[in-house]
Amino acid sequence: MAEGGHSPLSQFEIHPIIPIEIGGTDISFTNSSMFMLIALVLISVFLIGGMRRNALVPGRWQVAAEMSYEFIAGLLRDTVGSEGRKYFPIVFTIFMFVLFGNLLGMVPYSFTFTSHIIVTFAMAAVVFIGVTILGFAKHGFHFFTFFVPPGVSVALWPLLIPIEIISYLSRPISLSVRLFANMLAGHTLLKVFAGFVFALSFAGVVPLAFIVALTGLEILIAFLQAYVFTILTCLYINDALHLH
Amino acid sequence: MSEDGNGNGTGGDLGSRVRAAQARRRRHAGGDGQDGDDRRETGRGIAFAFRLGTELVAGLIVGVGGGLLLDRWLDSGPWLMVVGFILGSAAGILNVYRTVEGAERARRGRGGN
Repeated sequence: MAEGGHSPLSQFEIHPIIPIEIGGTDISFTNSSMFMLIALVLISVFLIGGMRRNALVPGRWQVAAEMSYEFIAGLLRDTVGSEGRKYFPIVFTIFMFVLFGNLLGMVPYSFTFTSHIIVTFAMAAVVFIGVTILGFAKHGFHFFTFFVPPGVSVALWPLLIPIEIISYLSRPISLSVRLFANMLAGHTLLKVFAGFVFALSFAGVVPLAFIVALTGLEILIAFLQAYVFTILTCLYINDALHLH
Repeated sequence: MSEDGNGNGTGGDLGSRVRAAQARRRRHAGGDGQDGDDRRETGRGIAFAFRLGTELVAGLIVGVGGGLLLDRWLDSGPWLMVVGFILGSAAGILNVYRTVEGAERARRGRGGN
């Protein structure tokens, strides 16, 4: 590791592995891209390998693969209804990608790509732009009534419509900041407490025990944040399909 | 799920193993097996609280950021930022209100609890 290798934040540094530059733009294959690729490979192995036998009475692996599928299918059915079935592929992809990104980050010496706001913001922007296009495709210009709160007198529209528009535009920001901040804070906290272990010599057992508990909590948060990201995607799809 | 769970190919009498594990867990948790559920509930609560915080801040970021950009574009001093701050705060509070309202509806939909 380079200089400052002991900083709790050095785990978030991005190093190019294969430097590529096209037209003055740096598009190097970095450690971040590598872990995204690893996540994709792991997801494929998990799902394809789990369903390889396709048994009527599933084994453990197949149950795990089917459970993740049914979990998201159920989530989509509960929040959007049967019309949401069309959007299952994108929602399931987002869920698995975020989940495996979060969980891969829990492996020591690995890199957490979901702890970078540009990654989470790109995903949130895809969801936001996609949902907006969906709303326009479904309702045309009628979609603008989404910004008019129902049952409010016309006199208040100039005040309330800007608020509604800001509220709508804040969606991708809250979606991305939440995931990024959770991952960044959790991993930094782990590293800070890991530093205490060494500094306190024998009394270091106390922070060590704390790290064990914190690791469990982090794994829980990895699941929860993937779940939250997914359920909000479902809710936004629902809003676009049904308006109010 | 079948009662005996014999046909799953991973060996063992699954049904009795599940029952034994459940009994062990009940003993561990001091009677009602609420320990794991409790912790999960706490985690969900923390995640929900964090969600409310980001909803509030996100409204402000968009309001103030949009105000600043418009100010720079129109060269109109700090005024649009001030307006953006006020509207952004309102939008943040609206976000929080909607989030809680949605969660409340979902909770009631699940049948009390």
